[in-house]
Amino acid sequence: MATKVVMAQLSPTMEEGKLIEWKVAEGDAVAQGDVVAEIETDKANMDVEALGGGVLRKIVVQAGETVPVGALIGVIAEPEEAIDDLIAAAGATPVASAEPAEGPPSGTPADAVTPSAAAPVEPAVSETTSAVVTPAPDAPAPRAPVAAAPATPAQEPTEAASGRTKASPVARRIAAERGLDLSRLAGTGPGGRIVKADVETALAGAPPAVEAPSVAAEPAAPSGPPTAPSAPAEASTPVAPLESRVEEASQMRKAIARRLAQSIGPVPHFFLTTEIDMGRALELRADINARSSDGKIGVNDLLLKATAEALNRHPAVNASWEDGSVRYHGSADIGIAVALEGGLITPVLRDAGRKGLRQISVEARDLIGRARDRKLTPEEYQGGTFSVSNLGMFEIDEFTAIINPPESGILAIGQTAEKPVVADGEVVVRKRMRVTMSCDHRVIDGATAAEFLQTLQRMMENPAVLLV
Amino acid sequence: MPVLSYRDALNEALREEMERDDSIFIIGEEVGEYDGAYKVSKGLLERFGEWRVRDAPIAELGFAGLGVGAAMSGLRPIVEFMTWNFALLAIDEVINSAAKLHQMSGGQYTVPVVFRGPGGAALQLAAQHSQSPEPWYAYVPGLKVIAPATAKDAKGLLKSAIRDNDPVVFIESEIMYSLVKDEVPEEEYLTPIGKAEVKREGTDVTIVCHSKLVHQSLSAAQALAQDGIEAEVLDLRTVRPLDVPAIIESVEKTNRAVVAEEGWPMCNIGAQVVDDIQREAFDYLDAPIARVNGLDVPMPYAKNLEKIVTPNAQHVAEAVRHVCYS
Repeated sequence: MATKVVMAQLSPTMEEGKLIEWKVAEGDAVAQGDVVAEIETDKANMDVEALGGGVLRKIVVQAGETVPVGALIGVIAEPEEAIDDLIAAAGATPVASAEPAEGPPSGTPADAVTPSAAAPVEPAVSETTSAVVTPAPDAPAPRAPVAAAPATPAQEPTEAASGRTKASPVARRIAAERGLDLSRLAGTGPGGRIVKADVETALAGAPPAVEAPSVAAEPAAPSGPPTAPSAPAEASTPVAPLESRVEEASQMRKAIARRLAQSIGPVPHFFLTTEIDMGRALELRADINARSSDGKIGVNDLLLKATAEALNRHPAVNASWEDGSVRYHGSADIGIAVALEGGLITPVLRDAGRKGLRQISVEARDLIGRARDRKLTPEEYQGGTFSVSNLGMFEIDEFTAIINPPESGILAIGQTAEKPVVADGEVVVRKRMRVTMSCDHRVIDGATAAEFLQTLQRMMENPAVLLV
Repeated sequence: MPVLSYRDALNEALREEMERDDSIFIIGEEVGEYDGAYKVSKGLLERFGEWRVRDAPIAELGFAGLGVGAAMSGLRPIVEFMTWNFALLAIDEVINSAAKLHQMSGGQYTVPVVFRGPGGAALQLAAQHSQSPEPWYAYVPGLKVIAPATAKDAKGLLKSAIRDNDPVVFIESEIMYSLVKDEVPEEEYLTPIGKAEVKREGTDVTIVCHSKLVHQSLSAAQALAQDGIEAEVLDLRTVRPLDVPAIIESVEKTNRAVVAEEGWPMCNIGAQVVDDIQREAFDYLDAPIARVNGLDVPMPYAKNLEKIVTPNAQHVAEAVRHVCYS
């Protein structure tokens, strides 16, 4: 029995793939599971395995060609088996022959980018590429409607090669008004253009609209020992106050946002981990708590304070993506992930960047306590600008947290534990804590996040600055 | 309501206005003794006499200029061009005099002249006599340009044109003089200049058109309705000034537009309409706008070729299907 080799969909966002290389030639024998070809997806180069054995009878798509997901690229069959009908049928409807040859990813992430992804700055995209109806001024007009491309079949890839979602203006407007994500619709217009009818169908609830990944940080319950108010301490080195503003994103920034959002969903995450030496922070905490009869300061309070200070110094981290703009928030409102029975909630410590350690400690303790009692009002757990999630108490070394949109970053705090560390050429035991930051790549780049983490690390390792 | 031909409706308009206001006179080739080359001025000489119905020599520039001068001097001339093709000889008076003198005289002069005659292709009149002049004049600030499609509109608009204090270019149609017949109110009425009219209501696409193409569009709409496409036919009636609000209102309802006219595609009325739509109704469009025009060539004499060059209802229907993705 003949086996189709098709352009497999290797990621949810993959619409088409480029055939890099055939690993076997026409006429070669193929066993089930053999790698027969290599394809380039929007993220990586992947191998295509044969789903059945026989002989590679026909190469339909040559190396270098790009075809939609599901398109027939080759046929494996017995030497004498008739395959013409199969090829003819696929030729007529390349998209319909979906029998994905699951090519398990063995590609190298290093060459992960398609040419278009590597060039994020695109020229203004014009809609004029497909089916031009209007005759060019010097084109015979009455014929033009006759000659114009016929309406294209439904269910074509919605996204043009440029990465732009093709949608008619009215479809865009209605989608925007109703909060519908066009990138999740299949367009039935020419070239896969999403038209008004597609949006109306989607709003009527007909097609299985993919559920947007929901919010939420990882469950966590930061501990904040009680304490009473004392003189609020001001931050150390003076920095410019945070400023509220919305800045039109550059073309490059928009292109990055679009490409990355397409690749792994609405919020393109990336993760950075660093390790912080907690020795001095623990000493400082012990010192403060030994000399104060007020409520105790916890490691978590120091972390919140350091996070707030780091946000003050890196406003780019304290920002949100707003469809073409980046909103920089005028205050560092830190969400604190608190685990609850059956879920979690993130009470927001408001304007933490302008508060002292003691005040932060008091407010955090109050918020966490009332969060556990489920006594928060909506204003108290909505509208954060950055979050912190701590699983240290569960002896988790490190983990990654999911960003709580529209925030652009979240810190995942691991436990503080004794670890062997090389210092001055000797192995010594130190108290170390791992911190992993999840970032929205539309807003925050790797270097930005790294600088933020470095600031956080230096503050935690020289915690006296948190008292100034 | 009596049914009148396009020709008779125009004749009624001339007669009624000349009865009403004796400053109105008509001048042109064969408008008097011969009752007009297309009989639009039939009976006017008999009724109003040769002072008000003047046969002119074959000298378009001369009698067009006479009309402009008379208008500046307080009369209300109607200058008939046997066809608009002949008006090319007089276009200097239309554009450089009539359209501009109000502004150039700082408002001291008004030029209430009507230039009228048939435009467009008839049948085998070949390259020099089958032209659609609307864009030539619509281009000019200072002119109003009217191209009615029905007898009722022809009468109401010609009366408005005669009463208007600015120069008006009034483009009729040789084909429509006899073929178009519709109900015309007995009582007096004026059709406002600059107002489009929905000739057929529809929900799926707006066909913006004027003059002869209104009829092609209506017949296309009828055919399309059998396939479940309800086209709205918007007759511009006046092409300068354009009734942009009416166009936008319709396109906002239907989300699609086809612009149809008889003339050449480059810089024609449809090009302007498309521009207005994309600027004013961009967020309402569900498809690129399609245009239907005559082919971009001088009209051939041969009958079979003329048929190919001239837009018809089928072309309109195909354009509609295209923008409806059907």
